[in-house]
Amino acid sequence: MKADAGSESTQDNIAPGLWIELYRQMRLIRRFEERVIELVNGNEISGVTHEYIGEEAIAVGVCSALRATDVITSTHRGHGHIIAKGGEPKRMMAELLGRETGYNRGKGGSMHIADLSLGIYGANGMVAGGVPIAAGAAWASRIRKTGIVAVTFFGDGAANQGVLHETMNLASIWKLPIVFVCENNQYAVSTPVSYSTSGPSIADRAAAYGFPGHAIDGMDVEEVFLASRRAVERARFGEGPTLLECRCYRFQGHFTAERALALTYRDAAEIEEWRGKDPVSSWAAKLEARGVFDSAKKAIVDSVVEATLDEAVEFARSSRWPEASEALNHMYVTTYAGLPARGSVWNAN
Amino acid sequence: MERQLNYLQALREALVHEMRNDSSIVVLGEDVRQALRGITKGCYEEFGSERIWDTPISEAAFVGLATGAALSGLRPLVEFQIGTLIYISLEQMVNQAQKLRYMMGGQGTIPVTYIVPGSGARPGLAGQHSDHTYPSLVQGGMKVVIPSTPYDAKGLLTAALRENDPVVVFAPAACMSTKGPVPDEEIYIPLGSGEIKKIGSDITVVAIGPLVMEAIKTAHRLESEGISVEVFDPRSLLPFDYPLFESSVRKTGRLVIFDDSNRTCGFASEIAAYASENLFACLRAPIRRITRADVPVPFSIALDKSVLPSVPQLEQAVRESLSESACEVHEQKLNAR
Repeated sequence: MKADAGSESTQDNIAPGLWIELYRQMRLIRRFEERVIELVNGNEISGVTHEYIGEEAIAVGVCSALRATDVITSTHRGHGHIIAKGGEPKRMMAELLGRETGYNRGKGGSMHIADLSLGIYGANGMVAGGVPIAAGAAWASRIRKTGIVAVTFFGDGAANQGVLHETMNLASIWKLPIVFVCENNQYAVSTPVSYSTSGPSIADRAAAYGFPGHAIDGMDVEEVFLASRRAVERARFGEGPTLLECRCYRFQGHFTAERALALTYRDAAEIEEWRGKDPVSSWAAKLEARGVFDSAKKAIVDSVVEATLDEAVEFARSSRWPEASEALNHMYVTTYAGLPARGSVWNAN
Repeated sequence: MERQLNYLQALREALVHEMRNDSSIVVLGEDVRQALRGITKGCYEEFGSERIWDTPISEAAFVGLATGAALSGLRPLVEFQIGTLIYISLEQMVNQAQKLRYMMGGQGTIPVTYIVPGSGARPGLAGQHSDHTYPSLVQGGMKVVIPSTPYDAKGLLTAALRENDPVVVFAPAACMSTKGPVPDEEIYIPLGSGEIKKIGSDITVVAIGPLVMEAIKTAHRLESEGISVEVFDPRSLLPFDYPLFESSVRKTGRLVIFDDSNRTCGFASEIAAYASENLFACLRAPIRRITRADVPVPFSIALDKSVLPSVPQLEQAVRESLSESACEVHEQKLNAR
């Protein structure tokens, strides 16, 4: 599958100035997620979170090919996308802890972090829910000729949602500047993609809609970056959408609580095999082989990442909780008497 | 004499006026270039392909597209060819468009207008083409308007297109060919402003959408019998004009709600609940609801009358309400103990 992306791109490369930055971002996502697990287990984060551990190369590879004004929509497993698109770890962490300084003022939580000023049109709790929203941003870009490209991230589970297929069709007939990025981590919760998904591959489904689909190695940040750059350029030049099926694996369960459920859909050997392709450490090893990275440099980057996360956790913990009265704010731009209604007797006079 | 327009012409006039004044308004829906439902007649010719977009039959996708485009600065108008297509789009309308601003902590605006030309019961089209879905939308927090006259249609569509939140405009089938006075100049009716369509003193009838005209006719007929009916048209279901509604019920002390939506958890239920919580002391008879029965609208004209809210039911409810006094009944019960 690597040959697919590579065959068209023998001239492609990543500017060496970006190499270590890609490592830093992937390391930041990895460690962010590990800190999140600790905070969930320590009951400082309520509810569940869906860790991106193992899939870091995709968010970082794709978003590194984007401009700041480009738009993304993300998924329930969204922390990596937010960080890679420029989200601040401290405001993300504050959101996860439900504080007023969080990106969504504590109204969204893990599955809904958004920052419109960064082109992040939100993580989304509904499978494929963000896909047509990204296409809407691409449609607006086409109408307004802003040159903005939209990327929609979704999982292999979303590949079987109707709205994804409707949107791929629309994006194709209108030649919208959008890239469909499927993170095929092999399982929709416990259901294997080999069981749930017909046809030779998810990437092949693009052919039915008349645009290119490529299966690429989602564990290799370089390959993801190069394929994304081509897809983004194609979109920006008005040539329409591309589907990238990034084959990857989540090292953790579907969500933080999975361990307690003792599910048995994956065996240890399979998990170990994929861990051997760890996108963060394998990229570090590649850079070492290229002679630009070593354990001393790595230690420096890693310590910067830890300091960022220490600061993020401290910022979140020390932030104020939102006022209870805030719960009825932000629903409408224009409010009216009695709207939104309270859950107790409300009298108009 | 004032200029007369039909309801559809009034909607079209509002849309064209707003589109000329605001280049960010774009229309998308099924067969809107040919203007199958009439609202967009002439729009493709005037505004062209970058503003009038025919979509494939993909309601979930094009409703989601409108949300993303609205977050990017456009003001889309989505036309649903049939009212029940809202069921297909409900996730993208209620779970996405309506919730996103709140869930993002107040970031962004989603100025999308959805319009349903020909909503509600249409004779001979059976259950899947006859629903009135506004109770579900109101439950989801969606702003909803349902103009009953050509004048209101022009004024409320104008307001909906200028609102910076999602708004659904129901244009009932039974209203579409009605005529009425509509001035040439701009009309803007703010959301949440109801109107007393006929003044009366004995009883308040809250009538919604296509039933407003029926209620007014009934009121005039009952006047010859010395019964004075006040007809309140909320025009906007969410927000709802509670102050005007309250002042009417405080005056009359009696309330009948006449609503072409489902009975159980329908819109009339909410109005009745509000009145019983807030106006109990001034009610002189039990609140009555005339609604649809909780079955799909049947095809045969021999059957649909027994399902849909009707004028005879309204008349009966008015007479019953006037014939009893809740206080007297209550007193009798107390005395019997």
